[in-house]
Parts: sequence; C-alpha cells; structure tokens
Amino acid sequence: MAVLEIRDARKSFGANRALDGLSLALREGELLGLLGPNGAGKTTLIRAISGRVKLDGGSVSLYGRVVEIGHARTDLGVVPQENALYPLLTARENLETFGKLNGLDGKRLRERTAWALEWTGLADRAKSEVRSFSGGMKRRLNLACGVLHEPKLVLLDEPTVGVDPQSREAIYDMLAALRTAGTSLLLTTHYLEEAEARCERIVIIDRGRAIAAGTLPELVTHAGLAGRRVRLSLDRPAASAPAGFALAEEGNALTATITDVAHELPGLLSRLQGAGLGVRDLEVRTASLQSVFLELTGKELRE
Amino acid sequence: MIGLLIRNSWAQLRRDRAAQVLAFAVPIAFFSIFAIIFGAGGRVQNTSRVAVAVVDEAGTAKSRALVAALQADSGLKVITSAPPARRGVAAATPDTALTRAAAEQMVKTGNLPVALVLPAGIESAIGSFNGAGPRALILYDPSDPVAGRVVGGLLQRAALRASAAGGLMGLPAGGDADAMLPLRFEQRAVLGEKRESPMVAFYAAGIAVMFIMFSAAGAGGALIEETDSGTLERVLTSGLGMNGLLLGKWLYATSLGCAQITIMFVWGMLVFKLPLLQHLPGFAIMTVFTAAAASAFGLVLATLSRTRQQLAGFANLLVLSLNALGGSMFPRFLMSDTLQRISLVGFNSWALEGYLKVFWREAPLAALAPQVGALVGFTMLFLMLARRLARRWEAA
Repeated sequence: MAVLEIRDARKSFGANRALDGLSLALREGELLGLLGPNGAGKTTLIRAISGRVKLDGGSVSLYGRVVEIGHARTDLGVVPQENALYPLLTARENLETFGKLNGLDGKRLRERTAWALEWTGLADRAKSEVRSFSGGMKRRLNLACGVLHEPKLVLLDEPTVGVDPQSREAIYDMLAALRTAGTSLLLTTHYLEEAEARCERIVIIDRGRAIAAGTLPELVTHAGLAGRRVRLSLDRPAASAPAGFALAEEGNALTATITDVAHELPGLLSRLQGAGLGVRDLEVRTASLQSVFLELTGKELRE
Repeated sequence: MIGLLIRNSWAQLRRDRAAQVLAFAVPIAFFSIFAIIFGAGGRVQNTSRVAVAVVDEAGTAKSRALVAALQADSGLKVITSAPPARRGVAAATPDTALTRAAAEQMVKTGNLPVALVLPAGIESAIGSFNGAGPRALILYDPSDPVAGRVVGGLLQRAALRASAAGGLMGLPAGGDADAMLPLRFEQRAVLGEKRESPMVAFYAAGIAVMFIMFSAAGAGGALIEETDSGTLERVLTSGLGMNGLLLGKWLYATSLGCAQITIMFVWGMLVFKLPLLQHLPGFAIMTVFTAAAASAFGLVLATLSRTRQQLAGFANLLVLSLNALGGSMFPRFLMSDTLQRISLVGFNSWALEGYLKVFWREAPLAALAPQVGALVGFTMLFLMLARRLARRWEAA
C-alpha cells in the first residue's frame, strides 16, 4: 500500500506552472528521492503534501485518504530546507516547542526530547542556545524537530544543503535509523551522488512533472542508457568509426555500448586492431544518474 | 575609491523604494503632521480659544456687563448656561444658568479647563481699584494651568471694558498693585491640590502609552523574523493554525505591555511619588485594555509589513503621529476642538484619557466605561485587520 500518493497535482503561481500534473507514490518504509533542478517544483510539492499549498487540481492522499488543507497532520513530519529553529531558545526548548505543537506533552514529550538529544548527539548541549551551534548541529536539530512526534512519513526538503561531508554523513545515519524504525521518507535533493547512493527509488521532476521514476537501473533503462559505456582513447585520430563504434572528441576517441564486458570487449579490441587503430587508454562505465538526468532533462543539475 | 562607494550607495538608494520613502517622504509626513498639530499657520490661534464656564451669582447689571465683556473677548469661549454638546457633562439643564457646583464639576470631569465664579456683591469690586468687595473665583484644572492664568488676565481686560462702558472708571492716585486691579480674583485648583508632582501622572501615562505602542510593534515584528527563519512555516504546518498563532503573539505582546506599564508606574511611584497604590483598580483596568489594544495594533503593523525595515518605518510614522495627535507629547486640551475630535480616531487618545481619569480626575471605575469600550472596539478591529492581512501566510 502506498503511504503517500499524489495524483495529477497542478499548481500555478501566476503564469508559472509550479506543478503541472505531477504524480508519484511512496511505499511504506521507503526512502524516495525527489530529484530535480532548481525551480522544478520540489518545494511546492513538499508544501502541497504538508497542506501549505492549495492545489489547483489533483489530489494528495495519505494512507489512502485524500487530505484537506488546514487539517492537522500529526502522522506527517516536515523538515524544511531552512534551519527553522528559534535561535534564542536552547536545543531542549526548541524540541519541546515543536513537540508540543505536534501533539506531544507530559512524559511522552520528556521521553522523546531525551531521545532526540541523544539521537542528534546534542545531549551535552541541551541547555545551549541554538544561536551558538554550528551549521551541522543546527541541521541535526532541525531534523529532530521534524520527527520528534514519530510521524510515519517524513518529508525532507534538502536536508543536507550547506553542510560539510561529515555532518552530511551523520544526517544520513540518522535517516537510516528512522527507516529501520519503519518510517517512510520523501527527500528532495539536488545532490546526484546522494540520491544515487542513498535512495531506494528516485523520481526525477522537471517543469512540475515527474518525468521518470524507479531504481537507478530502471531509470538508466528508461533513459535508453542501459549497458556499459566503453570509451577508447586512440593513439592517432581516426577518419571514420569501425563498425559498432561511434566517433568522439573529433576522432581522438571512440565510444561503444556493450552489455557483457567479458564476452564483448575482446571482440571490440580485435576490430580496432583490424582497422589499424592503436588504443592509448580504455574506460568502461555504467550509466550514472548524472547521465540519466542529463538525458532526460537536457540539463546539468546545479548546486 | 571613496567616490565609488558614494556612487554605489546612491545607486542602491535609487533602486530601493522603501528606503526612499523612509529617507524623504516620512520626514515630510512627520513635519506636516506635527505642524498641523502644534499650530502652524496660525490656525490654532483661531480655534484654540480658552473655554470657560462663567457663573454669575451676583446677577446685577454690572456683573452681566462683565459677562458680556468676557463673551465679547476673542480669546475666550464663554459658557454660561447649557454646556457644549460633550459627553457626560454633569451640569445644569439646558438654558438654565450654571451653578458654582455644576461649573466645578465640569472642570473636575475634564470637560472644561477653567470656570469663573462671580460671587454675590462682585459689582462693588468691578473697577473699584481699591481692593474692596468680594473676589472673583477662578476654578482651574491643574493639568492646564495656562488656561487659569489666561482667564485671570482676560478677566482684567473685560472688567476694564465693562467699567469703561458704564462710565465707572475712577483711577486712584496710589495703592498697591493688587489693589489697583480692576477686579481682584483668587485661583483654586479643583484637582491635585495635595499632590507634590501632579504632572507626573500625565507624563507617566503619555510616555507609557507611546512606548508600549513601539514595543508592541517590535513584538509583532517577530512574525517577520519567523517568516524569514522558516519557523512560521513549521509552526503553521503543525496543528496550530493562523488563528492560534496570532492569538499567541497577541497575548504575549499584551502581557509584555502590562509588565512595561507596571514597571514604569512603579518607578513613577518610587521616584516621583506617583499615587499608584491609591489607584490600583483603575490602573489595572486601563493597563490591561491599553496593552491589549496596543498589541493588536502592533500585529496590524507586523502583518502589513514585509520586512523589518518596513515595520520600523510604519511604526515610527504611525506611533509618533498618533501620539502627537493623541496627547502623549502635547496635551489634547491645548489643541483645537477640531484636532481634539480628530485625535479620537487613535486608540491611544482613549487610553491616555482613561489614565488621566484614574490618576488625575480620580474618577470612579464606572467613568472608565467609554474609554474601556473604545479600547475593546479598537482591539477587535485591529485583530480582525491583522487576521485578514495574515492571510498571505496561509496556504497559497
């Protein structure tokens, strides 16, 4: 059963179509990456799911039930892109504030606050004002404030933007712990390597539409990039490409696509020898998310 | 290099509309507002005649001639019978002569700054220049001491005119200056006679009202900071809706305002002998309702503004203007009738009047009903306006 299902979501701001018939589904316990260039509609989608944007058309369903604007969604956790924290409150006070706003109180609030302080590694800084925290510490606390009330589904809008690699790793460890506990995660990012390495499935959105969805191999196939890419640097420029090759780099290199390296690569090299071409270097690559993204959107993904 | 910095600064100012308004339009607006309030162009002189209740207890030809001379004076607005159409005037019935008690009551309740009583036998004193006979009595509100002195001076001119008109002038060759006055009088403050610093109450109220308006605008400004930091979005995503959010902000600012006013009045009590303890119930009522209205006003400013800079501009312009108009800087009773009526559009005028009723006129709590009612009305209006303006933060 889909935890979250979005059907034909449409939203315009003036002439700008932020969402243009976007559909996607998130399965229980899944970490779904929402990948798209700036302005693709990622944040609008997150705001629509959390009830902060009223769709012009389409629907958002949580656990099979269409949700309405203005209804409290305590089974939903939202981790915004900004560090949405009160800088003059302590870490504990921030956690307690957002815990209470999400329906926790009494013993349960105390237990969850203690858990969050341990989980974020901020137990020894519980009484410190947030304004004194590093960027990474704020990011971790920002994440904890969104999941303190144990939502079944957490929306994360660029949770690692602007943090150093060490803090990024710590945040992904925290997300892994949430998944172990059965939480479903929808994460927007424009870090390709993160999406590739961390997400179970990826939805690529562009101009307000989901243009592809699936695991990386599925996306590669969808983009017509299945197989291994072979690139051969030549010792001298070739005038024409032998059969099965394509010319690249003004004849200084040849490319080919194969499916079985062990069986097909020796044949490729024999054909080159037959054509009197010498190989200076050889590279075999699987299609990356970068190439898939480029193929599908025609754009490089920028920071 | 320095020239480059100057050129860049001007270029940035040219592209920042809000900064241009703050730099050029706001000072002009301030100047115009203050010039109007404090009487530019001499218009105030035409409209700020001193209103005086005249009680003619003698009822003789000479005393009537004196009253007529007073009425003819362009500096005075003489009331001899029915009070002007003001609220809550406890006086004689229309078209009947004022009594001394009614006139005194009019001064006590703040409807008039001064009353003049011409006692029986005054005719022998008018233009006598020998100090003989009874004295006229000037009853004045010590919050407006100038009015009493003005009436005292103009009374002499009127007495001279009345005497000259009746062919009664007979100047003596000598005698003391007081005895040579055409009509001797005594003055009596009808309020605050036993207070050591009676004006402290006025200034405490005026300054308190003005500063909690600034403070409320600042507290409301937290909404703008929360928008920028993302906490507003996060709060609105939770179970708390916009109504709850605004209510929380308003209650916080109200409690802050109550604390600020209380601290200021306690300081006034300790240092300037402000009689706070004697007026605690009235003080508490006025403080709660004033802080509530000021906080709601602050929310309107905050929801109206997109940035902190805009908020500062709005707050400076509106708070200073409303307080100039409302009497925090310059007593309303010294303003023209028109300005006094206009000033009622500001909630702070009502707040200040309420405090003055409590500390100055020592009015009973029931007398605060008009002020409390007006403040409640303003509060509701501001809250509704803020709620409407806050719709921009709701689901788009």
